[in-house]
Amino acid sequence: MDATTAPLLEVRACRQSYHKDSSADLLVLEDVNVTLLGGEIVGLLGRSGSGKSTLLRIVSGLLQPTAGEVRWRGTPITGPAPGVAMVFQSFALFPWLTVQQNVELGLEAQGVPRAEREKRGEAAIDLIGLGGFESAYPKELSGGMRQRVGLARALVVHPDLLLMDEPFSALDVLTAETLRTDLIDLWSEGKLPVSSILMVTHNIEEAVLMCDRILVFSTNPGRVESEIRVPFAHPRNRHDAAFRQMVDDIYALMTRRARPAVLPAVPAGDVTFATPLHPVSTNLLAGLLETLAAPPYDGRADLPALAGSLQLEADELLPLGEALQLLGLGVLEEGDLRLSERGREYAHADTDRRKAIFADALRAHVPLIAAIRRTLDERWNHRASAVRFREELEDHMSPGYAEDTLRTAISWGRYAELFEYDEEAQQFSLEEDHQTAD
Amino acid sequence: MSSTVHPALAHARRLPNVWDLAALLGVFALIVAVAHVTPDTYKPIDAPGAVTVSLDPSHLPTYALRTTLRMFAALAVSLLFTFTYAPLAARSRRAGLVMVPLLDVLQSVPILGFLSFTTVFFMGLFPGRVLGLELAAIFAIFTSQAWNMAFSFYQSLTTLPGDLEEATRSFQLSPWQRFWRLDVPFAMPGLVWNTMLSMSGGWFFVVASEAITLGDHTWLLPGIGSYVAQALDKRDLAAVGWAILAMLIVIVLYDQLLFRPLVAWSAKFRFEMTAAAVAEDPWVLRLMRRTRILRLAGDALADAVGRVTTLRLGRAPGRAARARRARRGQSWLGDIVFFAVVAIVVLAAAYKVVDFIASHDVGWRDLGITVALGFATLARVVVLIALATLVWVPIGVWVGLRPSWARRIQVAAQFLAAFPANLLFPIFVVVIVRFHLNADIALTPLMILGTQWYILFNVVAGASAFPGDLREVADNFRVGGWLWWRRVILPGIFPYFVTGAITASGGSWNAAIVSEVASWGDDKLSAHGLGAYIAHATDAGDFPRIVLGVAVMSIFVLAFNRALWRPMYAYATRRTTLA
Repeated sequence: MDATTAPLLEVRACRQSYHKDSSADLLVLEDVNVTLLGGEIVGLLGRSGSGKSTLLRIVSGLLQPTAGEVRWRGTPITGPAPGVAMVFQSFALFPWLTVQQNVELGLEAQGVPRAEREKRGEAAIDLIGLGGFESAYPKELSGGMRQRVGLARALVVHPDLLLMDEPFSALDVLTAETLRTDLIDLWSEGKLPVSSILMVTHNIEEAVLMCDRILVFSTNPGRVESEIRVPFAHPRNRHDAAFRQMVDDIYALMTRRARPAVLPAVPAGDVTFATPLHPVSTNLLAGLLETLAAPPYDGRADLPALAGSLQLEADELLPLGEALQLLGLGVLEEGDLRLSERGREYAHADTDRRKAIFADALRAHVPLIAAIRRTLDERWNHRASAVRFREELEDHMSPGYAEDTLRTAISWGRYAELFEYDEEAQQFSLEEDHQTAD
Repeated sequence: MSSTVHPALAHARRLPNVWDLAALLGVFALIVAVAHVTPDTYKPIDAPGAVTVSLDPSHLPTYALRTTLRMFAALAVSLLFTFTYAPLAARSRRAGLVMVPLLDVLQSVPILGFLSFTTVFFMGLFPGRVLGLELAAIFAIFTSQAWNMAFSFYQSLTTLPGDLEEATRSFQLSPWQRFWRLDVPFAMPGLVWNTMLSMSGGWFFVVASEAITLGDHTWLLPGIGSYVAQALDKRDLAAVGWAILAMLIVIVLYDQLLFRPLVAWSAKFRFEMTAAAVAEDPWVLRLMRRTRILRLAGDALADAVGRVTTLRLGRAPGRAARARRARRGQSWLGDIVFFAVVAIVVLAAAYKVVDFIASHDVGWRDLGITVALGFATLARVVVLIALATLVWVPIGVWVGLRPSWARRIQVAAQFLAAFPANLLFPIFVVVIVRFHLNADIALTPLMILGTQWYILFNVVAGASAFPGDLREVADNFRVGGWLWWRRVILPGIFPYFVTGAITASGGSWNAAIVSEVASWGDDKLSAHGLGAYIAHATDAGDFPRIVLGVAVMSIFVLAFNRALWRPMYAYATRRTTLA
């Protein structure tokens, strides 16, 4: 790789907000600065909702940032740039085109003559290990093969910059690993016709395994929290002590700032009516609390170890921990998850007692659920429309987030038996015995 | 469609085989036949035989050919319309606001009533020539074919998968390339299916559109439709039989030669990543693949299409977000202007309609009559759908749960749906006249004759797709009898049933115009209903009443759809899926 000194890509003071007419903008990205040189693999690591995919779409020219500037080889970009190609998380293959036709798509768009198109297409297909499958349709291929087609389609246009949006997250563990190693092998041998790679991932190990530099994103709003250089040479060994240490450090980094340290009794003092709630199932929460309370953890677990034994990825485990913290049932600190007093009580209680603890926690710490219950108590018929709450939420966040938040509130509130919900009528109501109790 | 090459095909012989000979003969015969009848369309109207029809069955092949050509000409126009109207409605927010409801109305209303009006227009284009009449007939068939095709394409365009859409932008495909690489392929299965529906819908209008009456003049364009009209007029039952036979042959031919292969081929465009069970290729598709010359011709055609569709016409779009934001400032003003114009046009149209009706001694009394008749037709549709449901749902479930039966019945039902039911009308009329039955009741089943099959084959499809594990659960817990119907199978097939019932009900409204009146020589039968009202007004050339009748019918159909089918469909998709 010939590393040039002039940056390939510069993102300056980039800001992306979801615009809502009636109120303040919801910030997705704030003041993001990224510089990409030739010959490096850079990873954007963060939780879902940290805006890393949004940044990738801005870089690819699919999305225009609200503010800030993106320079590609020194000139501001105004649309999909010719030297940038993208690999999609969902593969985004056209089911009606053969492997060869899918791969040639980008060349067709450039108006490359047919003979050359075919030659380059075949070369890319061979390079990525798909030789013999040229005439197959995507539906005949396995997931790993499909993503190889996605890679070949991007590589065939000989892009200077290869963008990858969580390219391996839709694949099973083994397939993903094979594909990663194959890609890194090609990269190390200088066989990839690209100069740099920018990839989005939520998998910490993947980032440490592949990248030369990792930009860790924070959530709400998305910001580059820290930049980590990975000094190891390829091929890297996952079981190497230094490798493990770096994975641990990144976990600590991602949990350290999850919440500012606050008293466990009044967790997350900044929780308001409009704090987005992650859709986390109460079953998972209960399971996690039990696991934490039992040996070997006995109330305190190291997150990477916990993630490993539960076979969860960082961005799956962290929302669980955060939910526990939000409800005052657990505390996240320095890469550890610790059970609070209430959490311990919950883990050892029976079903009815658990529901009571959960209900108390919801009413105390989740203003949205408290507001729904208050409204129901005040109404003479103990009914309230969900539409009203959704609209209120949409004043503060995107419709997608509002939907997620409301769904989560509904599912938590139902579990705690704070209210009932009629999906057809989109209506909250109190249970019968609550009403007679009044 | 399999992409693996059978070894025997890979080493295809160099010499033409016997299939080539058969295929060549077929192609040449088609060319000769088309060349034979085409000049007839430019004859002067007063040339002998230009606009008369003989009941001699030996003429039927020629008539059948001309009718078929008319239908395919209309189909071509419909495709053109689909490819222009739908993208416009889908891409432009403002245009969509007007064009989509308009399509909804056009789709639910038979334009048959305006036939005499359009005839005048087309005859004016080619005075004294048969061509004017031909175009009028083609236009009438077009109006029965185009709407559901356009609607299907529009729906596909609004449900394009987001990641593919991003991929086309990321790789900078030009609008033209994108249209042929993403939009059309994605819409293909639905479009082919709707084209088939359109084709059978078109037969309904063939009889009406080929026998054109204008004032005292009646022209019979040579074709199966006017042959039937003539036979009905002359009380020639044998001729009706011949016509049915001819039509059967034509339908079997284009079904086998065109639509079966098309449907099989379009399966490759289905947007699913899982490999589905592969149905056997229709014989024509196999023939095309095995025949050297046809395959070469097919490849050449595909090659040419490939060249044209990959042309980089138009500029690759930049970032959607930028374009939108840049416009945001002006969009308020644009919206105001746009809606003002729309409001003015709508008001003017409403005024025109009211004025037209009021000034032609069609008073409010007529409005009352049409509304009352509308309710009569509505009652017919509701009763028929209910009856068809009672009959076909149990049968469909029974068949659908038995795979070996299901396949055979599916094919039969699809064919029956394609068969134009109005050809069977004469038989009904003869029976009604002979036994002096009440026309109000006896004519009613005609409305659903052709459309009930949609209920059957949707229910069959639903029952065959019913999850095996759920059936096992029902068996395991010994759920039987009425409970099984109520809790297990009926909810399971509900979405499929609703789809079928919507199609059947729409078709029945359309059929009302043709089926509430029927004649056999001098015996004119007429039921009380809005369809009959429109048909009588058309016969009398009474434009105000045609307008009134069609307007009232559109309102009925739209209200019926909105009040019943839409909520039912929404309920079905919400409740009976786990997602």
